[in-house]
Amino acid sequence: MNETASSGIKSIPDLLARNVARHGTKTAYREKEFGIWQSWTWTEAAAEIDALATGLLTMGADVGDHIAIVGRNRPALYWAMVAAQRIGCVPVPLYQDAAAEEVAYAMDHCGARFAVVGDQEQVDKIADVRASLHALEHIIYLDGRGLRKYDHSHMTSYADVQAAGRKSGRIADVEGRSAARSYDDTCVMLYTSGTTGRPKGVVLSNRNVIETSKNSAEFDHLKAGDEVLAYLPMAWVGDFIFSIGQAMWTGFCVNCPESPDTMMTDLREIGPTYFFAPPRVFENQLTTVMIRMEDAGRIKKWLFDHFMAVARRVGPAILDGKPVSGVDRFRYWLGNLLVYGPLKNTLGLSRVRVGYTAGEAIGPEIFDFYRALGINLKQLYGQTEATVFITQQPDGEVRSDTVGVPSPGVELKIAENGEVFYRSPGVFVAYYKNAESTADTKDAEGWVATGDAGFIEEGSGHLRIIDRAKDVGKMADGRLFAPKYVENKLKFYPNILEAVVFGAGRDFCVAFVNIDLTAVGNWAERNNIAYSSYQELSQHPQVLAQISDHVAEVNKSVAADPMLAGCQVHRFLVLHKELDPDDGEITRTRKVRRRTVEEKYADLIAALYGGKDEIYTETEVTYEDGRKGKIKATLDLRDAIVAPTRQVAAE
Amino acid sequence: MLDSVEPYVTADGRTIGGVLMDMRGITLRFGGVEAIKNISFDIREGEIRAIIGPNGAGKSSMLNVISGFYHPQEGEVWFRGEKRAAMKPYQVARLGIARTFQNIALFEGMTVLDNIMTGRLTHMKTGMLSQALWYGRAQAEEVANREVVERIIDFLEIQAIRKTPVGRLPYGLKKRVELARALAAEPKLLLLDEPMAGMNVEEKEDMSRFILDVNDEFGTTIALIEHDMGVVMDISDRVVVMDYGRKIGDGTPDEVRGNQEVIDAYLGVAHD
Repeated sequence: MNETASSGIKSIPDLLARNVARHGTKTAYREKEFGIWQSWTWTEAAAEIDALATGLLTMGADVGDHIAIVGRNRPALYWAMVAAQRIGCVPVPLYQDAAAEEVAYAMDHCGARFAVVGDQEQVDKIADVRASLHALEHIIYLDGRGLRKYDHSHMTSYADVQAAGRKSGRIADVEGRSAARSYDDTCVMLYTSGTTGRPKGVVLSNRNVIETSKNSAEFDHLKAGDEVLAYLPMAWVGDFIFSIGQAMWTGFCVNCPESPDTMMTDLREIGPTYFFAPPRVFENQLTTVMIRMEDAGRIKKWLFDHFMAVARRVGPAILDGKPVSGVDRFRYWLGNLLVYGPLKNTLGLSRVRVGYTAGEAIGPEIFDFYRALGINLKQLYGQTEATVFITQQPDGEVRSDTVGVPSPGVELKIAENGEVFYRSPGVFVAYYKNAESTADTKDAEGWVATGDAGFIEEGSGHLRIIDRAKDVGKMADGRLFAPKYVENKLKFYPNILEAVVFGAGRDFCVAFVNIDLTAVGNWAERNNIAYSSYQELSQHPQVLAQISDHVAEVNKSVAADPMLAGCQVHRFLVLHKELDPDDGEITRTRKVRRRTVEEKYADLIAALYGGKDEIYTETEVTYEDGRKGKIKATLDLRDAIVAPTRQVAAE
Repeated sequence: MLDSVEPYVTADGRTIGGVLMDMRGITLRFGGVEAIKNISFDIREGEIRAIIGPNGAGKSSMLNVISGFYHPQEGEVWFRGEKRAAMKPYQVARLGIARTFQNIALFEGMTVLDNIMTGRLTHMKTGMLSQALWYGRAQAEEVANREVVERIIDFLEIQAIRKTPVGRLPYGLKKRVELARALAAEPKLLLLDEPMAGMNVEEKEDMSRFILDVNDEFGTTIALIEHDMGVVMDISDRVVVMDYGRKIGDGTPDEVRGNQEVIDAYLGVAHD
């Protein structure tokens, strides 16, 4: 089991050295800057990392220090993580769009002495809370724009730190520290977004990260020639594993977009072979395609509709290597020539060999659309505490309703109450400075509670997830209440961005719905429906009628499952504002904070249960710059058509 | 302090140098209408100078005098210590003065990148023939100019629309592209005619930040016309106030705010 440790690789910097030796002249990093893809070979990247590591060392970074890293995905920030590891420090990537208090909490909690940040925005954010960060000594910034007038007594540019490092010539000290690292030392610390309470610092060891990277890279046959686009938050465990763990293990190339807004263009230019995206990215892409097809000419529209029908019928089967008739194969080949090929190219997915989606359930329609096009999109189920991988779908066994079989090295068990437990080489070391939570989550034998309820499907051995274990409850009459199950069904409609269902301990369920402004806005435009604000559009009678239809359809499908039939939505409303991480209603990774929503909109829930037809409400909102305001609205409360359940029919 | 021509350092650490542009007794007439009546003021190197006033006060006319589009009947324009003869706008551009327009004046059918490249025109030395043949020096020159343009694109954060035709952009972004084109000329003096007109609060904040950053990073002197008093008072070093073609105030934002004549012009005077 300890093969890697015995072969002398004990840390990410060791892997870096191995890559330099193995493929030093191959491209390791690319970043688009000034309109051109700039690239660095493994040898060049290692030199940059060494310069920064030496610089940090001369500035007094000690073994075991935490170094906060905040910014958008850029090679220099990935290097900062490896540079920290090189001198025995622990990198702590933080969400760049987090509010100042959230950054302050994490930096204070880990006692970061140094922070490496992207630009002025992050410098300002830290400056706002600096008074409370007693441990923080120095900020190192990458982009000096707008920072010239700032007090530089505790601030240095990244390039200057590197220059100082090169000049000091203390590379031997760096090597010494690097060599002293053990396989069980901390590799990285990641703060979990946490749908409840304060974020927790998850400590992952070199063993966790390297073993997991090795296993997962072998599972999907990742290789040195692969390309990934690094665009998901650096603070998220997935990005750390894909862009550092697996990239270092296999030696593939990490590409960073020019700016967050150019992600789609950059995706097309790079054409990654290994691609990861949360369901929302695939949903947005599909919505854009569908909107543009609505505006296309008649011939194009016909071609698209015709060949997409063919693809839906035979595409997934071809991808899974199942038998398909010669005629259908020819049709699919023709469709690929005329529709799928160009479409995949436009989406930037032409070269994808392995695609993953995770984080939330993905709609079967959306999932099948990409599979039908011949894109090998799969699902995985994971957590920060597991160093991502718990289960994943092997090639040829891909379905939209399961999350796959246990990843290599992972053991699963299901508790009495349905909660899923796992044990693997990736299981985290501890929550930083939080022995209590660590003990709650991980038992003495190394089993970790996922907090999700699910079951292992008989026959296939695939895991199916129903809901968060703590959200699964009982209704007043004892029937099972699984809100996420219903919410996911609602969210599969392109019109619906988000839904929150309530009903624990009640007689029936009610729901809040957020419309998707892109989809509904486009529909309004095409139908000459004028609106001046999100709020007005959300309460438009025709919009409400559409949502009402969706709810009725969902109810019908929920009613089909006798176990969950009690979760049908009896009444609903469309919210006048989008649920927003700035208001704490959803996490940065877009998971609904159920309790917060429930408390904040208690008046609306009461009105839904109280049987009212409309309600006036005032809601506090936080703008991006932290200022607060109020929006007022009168919301329409509607009854939904409820489908008869089997029980009712029997009476 | 403002009366002296000695360089001084502002509270936020920028150095304001000597007089860059001096308008002396400018009078501009259109037939019998006097648009500008004997106005004198100066613009100092490195400062942000605002010209404000109610509608029809003659602000845009003043900007057109500075840019050489209008020729005043009386008065003198001094630029960098020399009296400027009557010039064509392109000659003024070569002196290092660039501007944006109140009503956006971009090439709608061209991409953002191409529009900004036109701002480099005064820096191109190769002839039309070698440019058309894309040969020798023309090639190297275009690459060098493209680099300058790309740095501006990066600076103004418009990478995502680099290849988008300007006609497809929303108003706020067009304004930013126009600023980019003016910056591409690497001007010593940048004239902005209502850079924030018709923008929402967020767009105004972005634009204010860009104006301050341009001034700070490139040391560009900026003269701007703007209606939004909050913005003007926040970002300018000195303000000229015009009303019916006359200058009724000149000084720091605080001085101007306390000036009775300015208050009357803006808030109106009660007639009993």
